[in-house]
Amino acid sequence: MPENLLTNDQVCVVIGASHAGVNFAFSLRNEGWQGDIILFDSDPMLPYHRPPLSKGYLSGDETMEQDLLKPAESYEKERISLRTGVFVSKIDPQAKTITLGDGSIQAYSKLVIATGARPIVPPIRGIDTAKNIFVLRTAADAFSIRNELQSPCLRAASEKKRVIVIGGGYIGLETAASLRKLGAEVTVLEREERILARITAPVMSAFFHDLHQKNGVEVLTGKNVIAIETNREHNVIWCDDDSHYIADMIVLGAGIQVNKDLAEQAGLEIENGIRVNSAARTSDEDIYAIGDCTFHHNPHYDRFVRLESVQNAVDQAKVAAAAIMGKQPVYNTVPWFWSDQYDIKLQMVGLSTGYNQALVRKETGDSVRFSVWYFNDDNLLAVDAINNGKAYVLGTKFIKERQKINKAHLIDSTVEFKPGNLVVE
Amino acid sequence: MAKITFITTENETITVEGFTGSVMALAVQHGIKGIDGDCGGVCSCATCHVHVEPEFMERTGLAGDLEKDMLEFDDDANAYSRLSCQIKISEALDGVVLRVAK
Repeated sequence: MPENLLTNDQVCVVIGASHAGVNFAFSLRNEGWQGDIILFDSDPMLPYHRPPLSKGYLSGDETMEQDLLKPAESYEKERISLRTGVFVSKIDPQAKTITLGDGSIQAYSKLVIATGARPIVPPIRGIDTAKNIFVLRTAADAFSIRNELQSPCLRAASEKKRVIVIGGGYIGLETAASLRKLGAEVTVLEREERILARITAPVMSAFFHDLHQKNGVEVLTGKNVIAIETNREHNVIWCDDDSHYIADMIVLGAGIQVNKDLAEQAGLEIENGIRVNSAARTSDEDIYAIGDCTFHHNPHYDRFVRLESVQNAVDQAKVAAAAIMGKQPVYNTVPWFWSDQYDIKLQMVGLSTGYNQALVRKETGDSVRFSVWYFNDDNLLAVDAINNGKAYVLGTKFIKERQKINKAHLIDSTVEFKPGNLVVE
Repeated sequence: MAKITFITTENETITVEGFTGSVMALAVQHGIKGIDGDCGGVCSCATCHVHVEPEFMERTGLAGDLEKDMLEFDDDANAYSRLSCQIKISEALDGVVLRVAK
């Protein structure tokens, strides 16, 4: 370990007190960094878990206190300065400083960018003047959505609010489920011919479509929104097939764009995100980037990816901390994700891009329990597991070990679900 | 209120007091080494694995289905394994001892 890293006059600055940023700060301290660690974020809240924002937090089942990443005292205990509500306006890689919103300058020895992403606001005519329109990325967003939903309805206090969710991806669908739980009348408008089209097999899209319909959420596909008209009472959302829908509230779930502006202005290499190497380092030797904002190589799939996930945030945070402390970590993981909608738990492992076969294994019994296995020929790429931790765990193991799978056994639910029965020796 | 004792993999014994929420959240709050709780407590990451000391198993209860599934192929799992995000704190837990799994 280089000697100078253990001196206490070094300053590590982190932009973004996100899942990645906070985990990084604690990992770095744990690795033995003696100097200052300063976390900046424009969000004034104590850093929190984002996944519950569209789930338990939105539906009111959880409080923000339960969803904090770390209690306030932990930062003090680990000597991590938390500067929330502070905007960072510039990185100067030559001077090794950042400029804050009030014009003051903060020097760094090492800089970590954990700026994440922000929701895309699609260029829909009238979107700027729409009423009660929301995105969902921060605690404040979730809070505003819940507040608006629970404010009295203009038509009559007893009427249900009509919510249109634009976009049938995970955020849109989770939001729809949570708002339905709060009693709203919810419609999801998806541009593609099926929901979750970009990331899952048709069987999964059909399952979630059906799940939402059964729970009273209307899911409409092939609905390309082109305009929003807003009058005193409500919004009218127009699609390119001339259909229109009335909304008291609109939630946008149209995907994200990476917060790369600071990195770009600093002259760092950017592609589909901030380009980092296997140690999470950017094109500048003293600047690292972690989490949703990075474009990095995944050795298992041997291609560059950008991931929006807690797993990626946590693992890249650990890698960057180790690298800064002079170790030689290599970021090499099989990505995993999850989603909770109603009483359904979806766990996903791997990246299904490039699959040419999706096999379904349905477990016996009354409860909904199945898994979808994505292959490229004999190569297992990914598994989506519905209420089925075993499929998720086995899938993870098989993907990591690059096992060849006996497909006939896999889809036969009378064959016991264990490695010996599924792996081709 | 419940006093819960954690024994880390480095054999450090830490007793903390909890009132509500999950045992995982309590452990994270007190910085118990080896309990990460990456997924925030939704039984998705298995980074909060503990072994309940056998005499306290009755009080924590057995692992649920999803929990069992998540642990089934973990080499370190045994009959006393729980994912601590799935253990709710209540008076009944007062005095239990949990060993953090590897």
